[in-house]
Amino acid sequence: MSDQTTTIKDATAVDLVYDRAVISQLIDTILGLAEQQGFGASSIFAVRLAIEEAITNAFEHGHEGLDPSLSIRVEYAVTPKIIEVAVQDQGPGFSPEALPDPTLIENLSKPSGRGVMLMRAYMTHVNFNPSGNRVKLQYVHPD
Amino acid sequence: MTDSRLKISNNDGVTLVEFVDRNILDEANIQAITEEITAVIEQADVPKILISFSNVDHLSSAALGALITINNKIREKKGAFHLANIDPQIYEVFVITRLNKLFNIHETADEAQAAFAN
Repeated sequence: MSDQTTTIKDATAVDLVYDRAVISQLIDTILGLAEQQGFGASSIFAVRLAIEEAITNAFEHGHEGLDPSLSIRVEYAVTPKIIEVAVQDQGPGFSPEALPDPTLIENLSKPSGRGVMLMRAYMTHVNFNPSGNRVKLQYVHPD
Repeated sequence: MTDSRLKISNNDGVTLVEFVDRNILDEANIQAITEEITAVIEQADVPKILISFSNVDHLSSAALGALITINNKIREKKGAFHLANIDPQIYEVFVITRLNKLFNIHETADEAQAAFAN
């Protein structure tokens, strides 16, 4: 289920199982399109990081305790103005607002819990669907 | 047994760790890297570890988590842990996550090496 805040118009959709080579290939495809549309190195760095975090979260946390062969869905659309990527898992979802702030002194030594904050730091907009099993990343061209 | 994704050498009592890969993103690789460095820590009485990121273009929050785990293990043994040669874009990730406050980060491996003497 997607809602309006996480829908992407005219998106290309790909279903992925956890295969690192295929994941890397898909990310390279999206970033290749972004380069063709005029996005520069710092934009590419930011978007790669955010997509990596979203896909990792989907498999590691979204599907935690579920069948490891479950697939996730990645949708993307790239224009000269904006890169949009949505990642949806088949898990029950989570509440991103409930995540502890990983930058607080008491949380700095915890090894996990930074993925969502990095997505928010690097993307122009990050929206989750109400059930929290789908995230849409939007990166608007900086010019 | 997979091939190591690390180059490990010893310089004046300090273990220098460098990465083979330009991207430190893959969960399985990160797990293997953590285990390999953990073995170095466990073998040392007082571990002194320097990680150089000179070849690294990208890392993920999972890689940051691995560094934190390594840092925690070194602290448990009263050792020293320094990082060096971090690309400016990656350094920004450390700043955003405030992990630049947790880790001892140096511009060059030579500066980091000297810091072990302090």
